[in-house]
Formats: sequence, structure tokens, C-alpha cells
Amino acid sequence: MSIVPKPLTEFPWRILALLLAIAGFGTIVLYSAASGSIFPWAFNQGIRFCIFSAMALCLSRIPVEVFARYAFPAYGAVLAALFLVELIGGVAGGSQRWINLGFMQLQPSEFMKPIIVLTIARFYALLPVGEIRRWNAIWPALALIGFPWALVLIQPDLGTATMILAGGITVMFLAGLPLRLFVGSGLAVAAIIPIAFSFLHDYQKNRVLIFLDPESDPLGAGYHISQSKIAIGSGGIWGKGFLKGSQSHLDYLPEGHTDFVFATMAEEWGLIGGTLLILAFMLLFRWGIRVAMRAQDKFARMAAAGLTTTIFFYVAINLMMVMGLAPVVGIPLPFMSYGGSSMLTVMLCIGIIMAIDRAGKRRAGTGNWR
Amino acid sequence: MKFPFPKRKIVTEATQSFTFSRRAMVVGGLQGAIGAVLVGRMAWISVVQNEKYSLLSESNRVNLTLIPPRRGWIIDRNGRPLANNRTDFRVDLIPQRIVDAEATISHLARLLKLEPDDVDRIREDLEKSAGFRPVQVADKLTYDQYAAISVRLPDLPGVAPSQGFSRHYPAGATVGHLLGYVGAATAEDYKARRNPLLITPGFKIGKDGLEKAFDGHLTGKPGAKRVEVTARGKIVQELTTRTDTPGRTIKLTIDAGLQEFAGRRLATQSGSVVVIDCHNGDVLALASMPSFDPNSFSDGISHLEYEMLSKDDHVPLRNKTLQGLYPPGSTVKPMVALALLEAGIGPQETVNCPGAIRVGNTLFHCHKRRGHGPLNMRGAIAQSCDIYFYQMAQRIGMDRIASMARRVGMGQKFDLPFPSQSYGTVPDPAWKERKYNQKWQVYDTVNATIGQGYMLINPLQMAVMAARLATGKQLMPNFIYGAPKPDPASVGASEEHLVVIRDAMNAVVNGGGTGGAARSSIPGVMVAGKTGTAQVRRITMAERAGGVRGNSSLAFKLRDHALFQGFAPFDNPRYAIACIIEHGGHMIRNEDAPMIASDTLSYLFDPAKAMEKLETLEKGWGGTPSERQARQMAAFRLAKAIEKGEAPTPADNAMNAANASVAAPTTAPAPPPAADDESDVPAPANSTAAP
Repeated sequence: MSIVPKPLTEFPWRILALLLAIAGFGTIVLYSAASGSIFPWAFNQGIRFCIFSAMALCLSRIPVEVFARYAFPAYGAVLAALFLVELIGGVAGGSQRWINLGFMQLQPSEFMKPIIVLTIARFYALLPVGEIRRWNAIWPALALIGFPWALVLIQPDLGTATMILAGGITVMFLAGLPLRLFVGSGLAVAAIIPIAFSFLHDYQKNRVLIFLDPESDPLGAGYHISQSKIAIGSGGIWGKGFLKGSQSHLDYLPEGHTDFVFATMAEEWGLIGGTLLILAFMLLFRWGIRVAMRAQDKFARMAAAGLTTTIFFYVAINLMMVMGLAPVVGIPLPFMSYGGSSMLTVMLCIGIIMAIDRAGKRRAGTGNWR
Repeated sequence: MKFPFPKRKIVTEATQSFTFSRRAMVVGGLQGAIGAVLVGRMAWISVVQNEKYSLLSESNRVNLTLIPPRRGWIIDRNGRPLANNRTDFRVDLIPQRIVDAEATISHLARLLKLEPDDVDRIREDLEKSAGFRPVQVADKLTYDQYAAISVRLPDLPGVAPSQGFSRHYPAGATVGHLLGYVGAATAEDYKARRNPLLITPGFKIGKDGLEKAFDGHLTGKPGAKRVEVTARGKIVQELTTRTDTPGRTIKLTIDAGLQEFAGRRLATQSGSVVVIDCHNGDVLALASMPSFDPNSFSDGISHLEYEMLSKDDHVPLRNKTLQGLYPPGSTVKPMVALALLEAGIGPQETVNCPGAIRVGNTLFHCHKRRGHGPLNMRGAIAQSCDIYFYQMAQRIGMDRIASMARRVGMGQKFDLPFPSQSYGTVPDPAWKERKYNQKWQVYDTVNATIGQGYMLINPLQMAVMAARLATGKQLMPNFIYGAPKPDPASVGASEEHLVVIRDAMNAVVNGGGTGGAARSSIPGVMVAGKTGTAQVRRITMAERAGGVRGNSSLAFKLRDHALFQGFAPFDNPRYAIACIIEHGGHMIRNEDAPMIASDTLSYLFDPAKAMEKLETLEKGWGGTPSERQARQMAAFRLAKAIEKGEAPTPADNAMNAANASVAAPTTAPAPPPAADDESDVPAPANSTAAP
């Protein structure tokens, strides 16, 4: 590494190439979902990817300390925004998830996904080492997670609420809280689920029930899952071929360009395409976890692992939903599903992880991203 | 909570870092594991269950529609079509898929300019249909109309335009009762057979007559069309099409020209004509008029038209040839005479007719008040003398007459391809004992010999009787051309006796008898026959004393039936015929049974001449049956509109015209030229039993 100038070798080429591969594939799938047209989806998605990549690269130049310092203020701001959304929704009547800023619609719950991770990481980073096994290590974190979780849940947005909860809990786990706590509360949750179920909205209950037995209502609420499974299943090993997916092209697959884009892809690219895509995501997660393990700073390592897990939750929940392993909760597939806000969130996560990676490499003095 | 005891484990910066690394690996491992599970799940769906989901995907993508098979033709003995198929564009409604029925119907009504009664019919059908059965909106559309609907399909859910075939009956109403009609299967049909073809738009099954009897034979195998459709039902492309196999053709013994001629020749009367081939029993014509037009029935008849048909006292909805039962009247006299000959009574034995005789304590009259004087058998048949038969029948008894009656086909149920037939009665002492638990009386015999009392016959049986009297063979009526049939048994009469009967029947027409109106206009062809009058009311002593009322002064329902049975040529019978005019009352000579029968027979020998005469006559009747029916329909519709107050009361003369034509069916059978009719009645023999 003598000929190539240092800034170039420092540049995270490999991870960018990986992201470009995933997003490029996503754009191709969107091109097919629009029946072989780059408009309206593929083009927009490509542009967005470029903009958000640039944003992520900018974020990667910011020192990690800045993120740590602004974690709490950002948390406060987003929480306030969530309150505001709830108030506006209450006044307007009915549920609302966004604030209309005039030029765009801001969905604060989306930002809460990475910010809850940073906040909890910051909290445990500030917590004295000896306190970790005390009660004081738990209740503030639970409160920090609980408020946004509850606010998002009553919007109601079960998917995002679950992700906020999962992101926060993951960081708590990584912070080193006693293992038996997680095992115990896991068992407790299992016991409480039937009770919690009765508090869900009717449409949410329906989604859960239909997830358990999609064929019970193949033309109604189970339609999404049924058609998605048909799309994936009929793709076979090699797929039906590019632009040849009948489920998506004949509109049998609903939301074929957003939440169910994986089914659109799997129908045309088969098991091969699906496996390669999942592998690519796994590489991304491996990069994230390795960055976390390499980082020396407490906040940095928890944030990196937590943000990686946040992206992982996107992927896992979406794929489970698409394959009929989870109820339909409206979580998009990063880089593949058409839509700006999810890509923005994921790119925020990527940018911060890149910043942590950069800081770690600086200290270690190695150009290798591993 | 174990937290208050931190002593258990000493946590330092180093151990915390170690814990983090371990747990991060756990998290990473879990992520990998879940990734593996997802790949596994995907493999399960796309490899192991691939077949199942591929099928489901195909059944989503491909829509299989049945193409209704073309119905087999029905052709006459010469190969002329009686029922065939016509290409047409049609529009149906699929009730299940309709979103807003009212809006859809009114939109369609505007596009297709539907009549209000059509719209009513569609609404009614839509209510009755159980969701799966298509409701016909309209057919016989022009291509432009078809295209106008097709381009608006996205706004009209549940509307199904299609191109197909519709049943067509070239002869219209004259074959209505013979062939029946076709129509969409009912919900009951579908429940019974569960055949998806039954609910395919455009598919029709036989509903009546021969169409129903030979439904299986006429129905072919459906074709199928595979089309690629979107989730919203829009057709993307046609994949493959298997053409239908048309149903098989049926060749009837019917002569299409004769059938139509007979139907038209029945004029404005409510009557029937049956013609049978004396060589083999083939039915050449089976006409019952007035009739419904099977074309409009098969298209889905409008409420108004159905109402008009069912209210008409000329009963256009009943097949009179098979379901009409009439007292045969004097038409049984040749049969009775044959029984007399068989019983040993000589043809030259005479009976003196004084005008009336006393049987028991009842006075039985001859139709001729002053009596015929002495008559032998030939004279008695020619003049239709009742007294001769009263006397002779008493000598041989009812059983011998009944036996002969059965042998010539009376009371016999024939094996016919029609859903229902009424086959009448031949009364005898045993029958009366069984039926009424009463003893047979002499006056029963007297009544039966002149075809009154319990005796009943349908027009087909009467034609069979004519054919059997003409040939002496027990011919069986047959409708299928070339159907194998056993040689007919003999009636059991000697040729000598048959010659006597044929000669007497010739005298009826050509020897100054009662049937002079049936005299043939074809040189060298002599028609033989027997007239008849069937009374439908009782003539009281008081009325007889003051003079029997003429038929023209009676209400339609009380007038006598006019009957004629015969054959031609008389010396070598080729064709036999029966004609019954319900409540005809012998009022109009050219619309009376003898002349109708004779003209119909003449068609078989000289069609051009017969047709020429018919066309002249039709001018006086107000045109062909379809023209008359169209006019009746228009008048009925106008009357309905006035009744409901929808149409403005027109000027006086128009009003009168409408009222007159509506009133016509309920009072007089011949609406248009009433004056002509009167002058056309030269010699209606209006008396008790038989002219």
C-alpha cells in the first residue's frame, strides 16, 4: 500500500461496492416490477441511493464523539416529534405517523430506530463499570426505550415499535447486563403474549391470526402472504427469468415494489437470487459486527453492533414476513424496497458505522476493512 | 432481583470488554443463524413446494373459459334447416362480479338503447339468479355496440361481452310448439348437474319440444380458451384455444315448407294441423297456432310479451297438437262405420232419419231438424246423419266400437319425443265402471258414436286415425327421419270394408256431403275426409224450442270446435291430415277446418299454387303470423302504457284503434276485417252435432 495514496486506501471501497451491488440489484428488480421501465421506481431509487451514499460518506468523516455527544439531544428531539405527531393525529382524528413540513413528510418514528441504539449505547457508555449489574443500569434504559416504543405502538405501527424495542434491548444485551434477565423476561413475555394480544387493534389481531393461517382468508387479509409465497415458491431454484414474473407483472402480488419486493425478486431470480441477496446482507452484518468488535470505545462498539442489528432487523423481519414466518407488519427491505425514509435510516446507520470503522482504523493504522 | 448483591461477580473494564466481544459474537452468530434459517425457508418454499406454488401461480395467471359448443342443427326431411345457429355479439351480466347493479344496468341501457321492458326483465333475472348464472342483457348486437361495451369494460365490472352463436328458427312461430325453444340453464339445472358448462354465458339448453327431448344429442363438446389475466381480470393475451365440437344434427320427418304453410294457413284461428305420411307414419307437419316465436323465447322473452301470450284466449303457450284434447265429434263416424261393418252390418242397410229419436227418456236430435229421411251407410257418413249412428250403434254395442276406436289410435299414447302429451279417452262400460263406478247407459253409447260425451282425442291421434282408416294399417307417428320401425300391424278390417269407408269419406267432400269446402283444387287428386263439430256447451230443451243460437252470437269460449280429418288421394291414400279449430264454430268458411285441411294437402301436390292462394288470403287476415303478432304486441304495449298513464291519451281515433285491438283477443278471434268475415260465411251449418 505504497503507490495508492492514503485517502484512497482509507476510503471504504469494499463496503461501498457491497452496498452498490445490493442497491443495484434492487434497482434492477424495481425496473422489472414496473414492467420493464426505469420510471417511476428504478430511477428515483437510483438517485436516492446516490444521494444517501454521499450522505453516509459525509457522516463517516464525523468523529464518533460527536454522535455520542448528540445522542441524548437527538433522542429528546425525536421523542418530542413523536409526541407532536400523536397530538396532530389526535386533533385531526385517526392515526398519523408523519409531520408535514411542507416540502416533505417527516416520519419521526423512522429516525427513532437508529437513535434509540445511539441513546442506549450512550447511556451504558456513561454508566460506571461497577453499576452494570445494579438496578440503576436497567430502569433508565427501559424508560428510554419504553416512551418511544409506546408512542409508536399507539400510532399504531407494530413493526416500527418492535424494531425500536429490539434495537434497544440488543444494546442492553451487548452492554453486559446479566444473561438471566433476558432469559427470564423472555419467558415472562411468552406468558404475557396472550394477554397483550387482546389489547391489539382489530386489524393487527387479524394480521397475526392470518399470519398463523394465511390460507384461512386467501382473498382477504391473508392475500398478501398467500400471493407472496406463491411468487417465491413458483420461482423455483433458477427463477422464471428477468421480466417474466407473472405474479408481479399481472398484479397478483400486492406491494410488489415496496414491502414485498423480495417476492418480486425471488419469482424472477429464484432461490439463487434470494440466497445471494441474503449472503450479501450477511456480509454487511459481518462487517458491522467486526467493526464493533474492533472498536475500543464503549459507545462506539455498542453503537456499531446495535446499528448493525437494526439493519438486520429490517432484513430479518421483512424476509420472515415475505416468506410467511411473521405477520405482515410493514417493514421494508433495505436498499430493495422502493421508498426514501427507510433508505435514509439505513444509510444513517451505515454512515455512523463507517465513522466508527474509520476511527478504529485510524487508531489501529491499518487499511484493511476487516 | 439479585441486583443488590454485586459481590457475585466483579465487573471491570476488561471483563466488560470481554463480555461485549462474546455477546457481539453471539449476536453475529444469531444473525448468521437467522440468515441460514431464511435461506432454508426459501429453499423449502421454492424447491420442495415448488410444484404446488407453480400450479397456484399458473391458476392465477391463466384463466380458463369454456366456449359453449354450437348446438346441432334440426333439419327437415329435405335438409332444410328448422333450427340453426347464427353468429351474434351479445352482452351478459355476471351477478357475482357486479359492484353497483343499478348503475351498471342504466349505463348499459344508455349504451345499447334498451327498451324499458327489457330493463325490467334484466332486473328481474338479476334478482332471481343465484349469483353464478349469467344474465343476458342483450344479444344480436351490431359490431359497433359490441365494441362500445368492450372499450368501457374497466368501468363496468360484471359485464361480459362475448361473441357467440344464437339459436335461430327460420320459420319463426310456426315451429314454436314443434321444436320448443332454448334458454339459459336455471339454478335448479345447475344444482342438479353441476356442470360448469351450464353457467357459461351464451350456453343454452333445450327447454321444450324437440329441443328438450334431444338436448343431449344436440349439445356438442365445449371448447376452451386459455387467457392470461391480471389480478383485476384484464385479459393480457390469449394463450391457446381449443375449438368446440358442435352438436349432432337431427333430421326430422317434418317438411319445413308444409309445416310453415300449415301454420300460416291456420290464419287467425286457434287451431292445429297434423299431416302424416300414409306410407310409414312419418309426421310431415305438426302445427299449433297461434304460437310463441321460439326466436324471442330463446333470446329471453320480455315480461310484456310473455304477459300478452299468457293472457291470449287463443292459448299460444299450449301445444294443441299434443296437449289439446277435444271431443272428436262426427269425425269418429267413419271409424264407427268400420266397426259396424266388422260387426256384420251391411253397407246398404238403411235407417230412416226423422230428425230425432227417443233413447230412454231423452230425445236425441239429428243436426238436421227436419231429418234426412232413409239413408244407407254412405249417405249417413256423407250427410253426417246422427240418427243412423244412434240406431246402428245400439245394435252392436259400445265394446265393439271401443275396440275399433283403440285400433285406429284413439286413446293411444304414442312414444314421442315430447315432454308431455295428453292422450284422451275411449270410453266403454268397463272404463265407466272403473272411473265413475256407474253402469254404462244406452245414451252413453249414443253420445260416444257421435264423438261426444266422454270421448276425447288430440289432433295427432286424429291424424293417426285418418291414416289408419286410409290404409287399414296401424301406422305409428314418427318424427325422426329414417328411424327403423317394425311393419305396422293391421287394423283388422278387410280391404272391402275399407273401400266402403273411403268411398263414403270421398262422398263427404265430393259427393254433396258436409265437407264440400274441402274439395281439392288439384286436378286428379280427390280429398276424402270427415267433418266434425264438437259442442262445448249444453243445448237446453228451451233453447232448442226457440231455435239453437248461432255461434256468432256466442262468446268465443262457448263456440263449437270445428274438426276435420281426411286423406288424399281418396283412392290411393298418400297423406292423412287432421285439423281442429278451437271455438271456430264454422263461422268463416276460409278459416274453417275443411278448407284449411284441403289447402294444406294441396301444398303437398302443388306448393306454388297453394302458396299463391295463401298469400291472397293472408292479405285479408292482416299479413303473416309474425306481422300480426308484431301488431298485436304494439297494441298491447300501447294499451299497457295508457293503463299505467305513461302514454298521453292520443286523439280519439288512435285511442279507439288501440282499444279495439286490445279488446280483440278477449272477444273476437279475427280482429282486422270484421266486415269481410261476415260476408265470407255462406253456409255455416250451425246445429247440434255435425255438419
